[in-house]
Amino acid sequence: MPKITSIAELKKIQGEIKAKKAAAAKDKIVVNVSLATCSIASGGKTVLAAMKDEAAKQGINNVEFMMSGCMTYCHSEPTVAVALPGKDAVLFGNLDEAGARLLVEKYLKNGEVVGKVIPINYTRVEL
Amino acid sequence: MDLKKQLRIATRNCGFIDPECIEDYIGVRGYEALATAITAGTPADVIDVMKKSGLRGRGGGGFPTGTKWGFAAANTADQKYVVMNADEGDPGAFMDRAVLEGDPHSTVEAMAICGYAIGASIGVVYIRAEYPLAIKRLVKAIDDARASGLLGKNILGSGFDFDIELKYGAGAFVCGEETGLIRSMEGQRGEPYTKPPFPANSGYWGKPTIVNNVETFANIPAIMVKGSDWFSSIGTEKSKGTKVFALAGKIVNVGLIEVPMGITLGEIIFEIGGGCPDGKKFKAVQTGGPSGGALTFKDVDVPIDYDNLIAKGSMMGSGGMVVMDEDNCMVDVAKFFLDFTMDETCGKCTPCRIGSKRLYELLEKITLGNGVPADLDKLKMLATTIKDTALCGLGQTMPNPVLSTMATFADEYRAHIYDKKCPSGVCANLLEIVIVPEKCIGCTLCARVCPVNCIAGKVKEVHVIDQAACIKCGACIDKCKFEAIVKQ
Ligand SMILES: Cc1cc2nc3c(=O)[nH]c(=O)nc-3n(C[C@H](O)[C@H](O)[C@H](O)COP(=O)(O)O)c2cc1C
Ligand code: SF4
Ligand code: SF4
Ligand code: SF4
Repeated sequence: MPKITSIAELKKIQGEIKAKKAAAAKDKIVVNVSLATCSIASGGKTVLAAMKDEAAKQGINNVEFMMSGCMTYCHSEPTVAVALPGKDAVLFGNLDEAGARLLVEKYLKNGEVVGKVIPINYTRVEL
Repeated sequence: MDLKKQLRIATRNCGFIDPECIEDYIGVRGYEALATAITAGTPADVIDVMKKSGLRGRGGGGFPTGTKWGFAAANTADQKYVVMNADEGDPGAFMDRAVLEGDPHSTVEAMAICGYAIGASIGVVYIRAEYPLAIKRLVKAIDDARASGLLGKNILGSGFDFDIELKYGAGAFVCGEETGLIRSMEGQRGEPYTKPPFPANSGYWGKPTIVNNVETFANIPAIMVKGSDWFSSIGTEKSKGTKVFALAGKIVNVGLIEVPMGITLGEIIFEIGGGCPDGKKFKAVQTGGPSGGALTFKDVDVPIDYDNLIAKGSMMGSGGMVVMDEDNCMVDVAKFFLDFTMDETCGKCTPCRIGSKRLYELLEKITLGNGVPADLDKLKMLATTIKDTALCGLGQTMPNPVLSTMATFADEYRAHIYDKKCPSGVCANLLEIVIVPEKCIGCTLCARVCPVNCIAGKVKEVHVIDQAACIKCGACIDKCKFEAIVKQ
């Protein structure tokens, strides 16, 4: 990113990033894999790799993969949030290699919920 | 069941943005608070917002953040420092690690805001070297912020300079105490010193220094963007906002939670935590880690805030919440925490160095079944003396787990001493493993698994354990298919 030199420039970049994210949420499947220390220890990286591989195999190409930090559900690691185009994210937990592949085959491809879904139990303050 | 008991402010971005991508942070209005403060306001404005918000330190002490910043700002010095305390040594706590791994930029931004408010151009993060991923992401965040012109010289043309460096701790609990931390940052032994002088007046290299906790910092950009009225509308009269807790131990939903101050203990344990696993009865929860105390099943309606926890003989601490069920022996729990503090005392002052050892020995004596009634008075006397005479917070709070369990579970201490029994079946010396004759069918499984061959009996006849030889390993209990072997 180029050096930001004023608050106006910061706000402009902020607007561009927001627009880009909104567009991705509308048109793409966004797969967000938790990769904090504990999620990695419980197999988060394997899950991410398996999902990328399976998406390629299944010919699903409107997917955007991202990683994030702690999703706060230690009891259900590894966790992955999947947002289908224009929809709210659904959180899946206790995934392994096979579960991750099945998730791609069922949910990413057909919107069919499989495996353990974790209910969202918080209100998030958004700025 | 209301699933939305949690409110996420400090952890608002954890799990939602890519922590290694500055664009993601800017996209959620990141660095807007800093930019606004340094280009359109004054340091006094920032301190005013912080004071009005009612934010109190999340590292344990609960000191009002705005007031502390005001002290440092009022000092004139050629150099001041902002320090982020990321030592997180409380066993079972990982809130700060989660914030640093999930949203490092929010803490970087907040440190710069603090620098602007107090007139400091250097920030230092004291982080334990055992947090490699948090370090990696924080370093990347600092580098990216610098490359984007959000740290460094003349930020956004405002004339304000600020940069951040890291210092690595070796993982000593005492180095989380702010004066021990300052000594350690200066390259000396991590031994606390007496306050005053408080760091805000004379800290790192003798200069005015603000030490704040990671979670405290993570709240700040949100407060600056949404305003002090918004923040102070959340929580209780004297404790505003939310607190992040690491829920661990005998609880179904082990995890990180962020809840508004004033939520009751019962809501946390039963509604968010899902209660104890296997239908066991909830007994107590240790808040404040080794410096705190136990809240019990009698306290489920207590609203959690700084003052109520202190009134209950515990403290907020940094946010560890270890849940115990009916199978936990409270004397053993107190001994566990004392074992930790005994190892972690820096040894500078006598009450803490020697007192911790003597406290531990008394507890051990009781759990081994050698306790006498006078030990209870000794424990209490010693604990109170240490509290009153130790130099730093480590020693002053170390007796809390003992005093608090003695106050709320006096019957358990008495059972160990007078009846030589451990009601929860934990203290091995006070237990007998016995075979119930009516249930035993003589299958011989237990005798075959016993490591010391102390179970006698013929096939299809009732078996008997030789109590003198039994080492109480419990192997036979797990093996018996007829539930014929019990602890008592
Ligand atoms: C034994 C001991 C350990 C401490 N460990 C930490 C720690 O790991 N992290 C932390 O932020 N504060 C810790 N503190 C509290 C600090 O001394 C200090 O009060 C705090 O960092 C101030 O920041 P705050 O006002 O934002 O809470 C500890 C205190 C004591 C007595
Ligand atoms: S109270 Fe304990 S940790 Fe603190 S200075 Fe004294 S010996 Fe060191
Ligand atoms: S395993 Fe149980 S039933 Fe079998 S001999 Fe031992 S006590 Fe009796
Ligand atoms: S508890 Fe262990 S030592 Fe004692 S009888 Fe059972 S198997 Fe043997």
